[in-house]
Amino acid sequence: MISAFALHPALILIAGAFLLPLLKGQMRNMAVLAIPATTLVSVFLLPDGKLWETSWLDYTLAPLAVDQLSRLFAGIFALMALAGGLFALHQQNRLEMPAAYLYAGSAIGVVLAGDLITVFVFWELMAIGSTLIIWSTGTPSAWAASRRYLTVHLAGGVILFAGITGHIIETGNVGFSAMQANSIANWLILIGFLINAGAPPFSAWLPDAYPEASWSGMVFLSAFTTKTAVYVLLRGFPGTEILIWIGIFMIFYGIVYALLENDMRRILAYSIVNQVGFMITGIGIGTEMALNGAAAHAVSHIIYKALLLMTAGAVLVATNRRKCSELGGLFHSMPLTTLCACIGALAISSFPLTSGFISKSMVSQAAIDGHMQTVWLFLTAASAGVFLHAGIKFPWFVFFQKDSGLRPAEPPLSMRFGMVLFAILCVAIGLWPDFLYAMLPYAVVYVPYTAAHVVTQLQLLLFSGLAFFVMLNYLKRTPTITLDADWLWRASGPAAGRTIASALQISLACMRKGFAAANVMLSAAINRQRLPDGFLLRSWPSANMSLWVMVMLLSYLALYYLE
Amino acid sequence: MSLSAHLPVLQVVLPLVSAPIAVLFRHGGFAAGIVTGGAWAAFATAIGLWLHVAEFGTISYHMGNWAPPWGIEYRVDRLTSFVLLLVSGTAAVVLPWSRASIDREIPEELHYLYYAMFGLCLAGLLGITVTGDAFNIFVFLEISSLATYVLIAMGRNRRALAAAYRYLIMGSIGATFIVIGIGFLYLMTGTLNLADMAVRLRAVENSRPVLVALAFLTVGISLKLALFPLHQWLPNAYTYAPSAVTAFLAATATKVSVYVLIRFYYSVFGESLVFEQLPLPQFMLALSLLAMFAASFIAIFQDNLKRLFAYSSVGQIGYITLGLSFGSLTGLTGSIVHLLNHGVAKAAIFLLIGGLVLGMTKPGTVTAEPSFDRLAGLSKRMPYTSFGIVIAGLSLIGVPGTAGFISKWHLILAALEQDQFWLVAAIVVSSLLAVAYVWRFVEVAYFTPPPEDSTSVQEAPLSLLVPAWLLVTATIWFGFDTTFSVGSASDAAQQLLKAAQ
Repeated sequence: MISAFALHPALILIAGAFLLPLLKGQMRNMAVLAIPATTLVSVFLLPDGKLWETSWLDYTLAPLAVDQLSRLFAGIFALMALAGGLFALHQQNRLEMPAAYLYAGSAIGVVLAGDLITVFVFWELMAIGSTLIIWSTGTPSAWAASRRYLTVHLAGGVILFAGITGHIIETGNVGFSAMQANSIANWLILIGFLINAGAPPFSAWLPDAYPEASWSGMVFLSAFTTKTAVYVLLRGFPGTEILIWIGIFMIFYGIVYALLENDMRRILAYSIVNQVGFMITGIGIGTEMALNGAAAHAVSHIIYKALLLMTAGAVLVATNRRKCSELGGLFHSMPLTTLCACIGALAISSFPLTSGFISKSMVSQAAIDGHMQTVWLFLTAASAGVFLHAGIKFPWFVFFQKDSGLRPAEPPLSMRFGMVLFAILCVAIGLWPDFLYAMLPYAVVYVPYTAAHVVTQLQLLLFSGLAFFVMLNYLKRTPTITLDADWLWRASGPAAGRTIASALQISLACMRKGFAAANVMLSAAINRQRLPDGFLLRSWPSANMSLWVMVMLLSYLALYYLE
Repeated sequence: MSLSAHLPVLQVVLPLVSAPIAVLFRHGGFAAGIVTGGAWAAFATAIGLWLHVAEFGTISYHMGNWAPPWGIEYRVDRLTSFVLLLVSGTAAVVLPWSRASIDREIPEELHYLYYAMFGLCLAGLLGITVTGDAFNIFVFLEISSLATYVLIAMGRNRRALAAAYRYLIMGSIGATFIVIGIGFLYLMTGTLNLADMAVRLRAVENSRPVLVALAFLTVGISLKLALFPLHQWLPNAYTYAPSAVTAFLAATATKVSVYVLIRFYYSVFGESLVFEQLPLPQFMLALSLLAMFAASFIAIFQDNLKRLFAYSSVGQIGYITLGLSFGSLTGLTGSIVHLLNHGVAKAAIFLLIGGLVLGMTKPGTVTAEPSFDRLAGLSKRMPYTSFGIVIAGLSLIGVPGTAGFISKWHLILAALEQDQFWLVAAIVVSSLLAVAYVWRFVEVAYFTPPPEDSTSVQEAPLSLLVPAWLLVTATIWFGFDTTFSVGSASDAAQQLLKAAQ
């Protein structure tokens, strides 16, 4: 039964995506803001429970199932779509915004799905929407990146689909609830989820593809795919131990590459992998505190990462430069953007009084409570690393450091509004954490602002800040390109291919000749048959058809006679 | 008896009567009104019958109160009511659509004849479906076929006449085979009532004349349903017939023939004779695979869009007969549901192509052919038409979320039930051929720049788009909500199998 009163928030946003191309001018701008705003309101009007149920084939699907966790994610996604829409009002590309709303809508669809089939459908829609965002940039490198991106996600989708099919056949249950990684099917599901989360060895799709999007496109991209993956892992695989180590790997992978990186948006892309690593570690720990922490961190990360990318986007629009080595000194003419970037940077470094502090510390606390010293040690060391790569490096090289001589103006009003909105949210969540805590899936018994927490964190930040400036000379980036695992499929694949090709060249040449001849013959044969009298296009005379009728009849009769 | 008790006969009589009235008045507009009214009334009747059968079970209507087996019986069970809905529903959508289309494609003075023939064709197809009498099947088959020949010959292209003539010859051979088959059965059982015949056949089921009857019926009906390699009348008939006729025939004529085949196999000869004692399933399986691969392959290389989808129809019929060849509940369900799913998608495609042809034809000239070299960049000028064809094309491929997926899913399940993994592979691989021919359209319409002299081509009018998009929406709808399609089909299949045992 579909209860008529419960509108599906995802469908509002997706329908809006199809409505947008029809609108122009002021109407469009209003729709850009009204659609996610309506979605946001409708998310919080939904009551708990399975609101939509429908049967498909032999299964009962629940395309709209709401509980505390899914409402939290759907809410932050809708808010993100709203702020992203506001920020991107000036985007001249007509494809990007509908694509972004399709993308955001399908992400909401995933988090509100009560069954695996609905999850899969929206999962694939999400891949299409995000690919369109990258594609809409229109540069050749974006086109190439969008194809690589789509390949990874379609491959992930196939793995996920195989897993879901296997899971349904094994258990006969389409419902989406917590699973154990104890069968091939469930492992496939887990792998499918992890590919979207940017887990190794597939982390590289993220920094490869996202920075190719436009200045506004990447703001959207940063929020949905990875966080949807965090959500499905939270719901599907809480407490799966391997996730702890995968998460820690991602944390350090992100830090190392971000420190080596020169492109400001690639730095932030690596730091997405790093931050998602914290959440995945939390999911792996699996206690209520850890899961709360992962969920809360997802929320605050969406906000401050979007904020950081908005400031990076504003710089990109104003200067059309991406590399840290070419930027610097922008605080002279872009004070508001600089301020917002600093707030975002403090939040990502978990500075007290910001959103990052009250969420990330929950994961560390969960590690302590679970007596996981090693994990805690890694997490703490990583916190310092985060401050280095994103907290100081990004604002320092872009807005301060040497004066690059650039004096761009502040971005347009709508972009400033978007940044200020999220900057305020970063601080507000940091100041009044109880508001966020109340929306988490489990009851929170954690007080972030104790003297011990604050002092520990401040010491940590102080020393890593000191380390940054001491080692500044080593960290100064030259305009280099950093190799990543994606090199494997971008360069080494073709290289290996070349080696093998040259080794087998002679035999291949013979075969190629043969193939070419066969190919020519085949296509000539087909083309001959495509003439009006050819086999493929001709109209057969009645006599021919009658002959076939006779053949059929006789063969039937012969068969029956033999029986 | 109240009116509702006469629904089975009204089903046929309403469209049958509309045809002579249309001829009497010799006025195109009036004929359109009366035949369309007849078709809608038939659709309403079919809905009524479907609801009645779903609730109270099989209806047996005795014509003129003569009890069977002496009198003619109309018999409506789950399968009958399902096919009636498909046929009358398609007519109810296509007839209003054809108003604007035949203005261009058929001379004004022949309009009333078009509608009269359409009414006869519809009455014939409904009659074949609803009757429980073997000779009655033949009579209605001839009514519908003769009307079809005329309808096809009405196409503006001169080749339409040749196509209709060829179909006339082939159709007559098929009908002759069918009547020979029925004659043998009459000879052996002394009855024409299908239910009675089934009972009496048990006594003589292994005698040679019965087997010969089975062979003649199988070949005759296979010809009518265009089973590869007996499909050769179909491509030209579909290509050169007026667009509305193509759409109607593609969704109904071959489907009704499949219905007749199922009826004879399950309700007359019985499952055990057809599927267990004879090598018929293997034979049919081989032909189905040939159809799925060869016809789809030939479709890829067509230059005329209508002919491409005509060949695709032959391929899709292969899936329907494939389901039959399993002889299992799942397979039969897949076949029956594909009758609907393919019918709706194909009708949508041919209606959209009709709108496309209309948009490309300048008033007063001979109808343009939808050949690929004229379709370049079509999506820019006819976005709704192109997009509709793509969506319905996705259903032909069997993409999840479309009706075609549901059919293929059941076929794959049926293959898995019998552990025939190679058949699963065959179904999937043959879908790739469908990807290829649908992609040909996508590539030309979306990725080729339009020629410069094409500015005159405009989007089809709303009166053509709305009925077509109704069907496009239905292909999506049946991809998600399968309570009607799969529900009815599996009920029908269960009923057939129970009766056959």
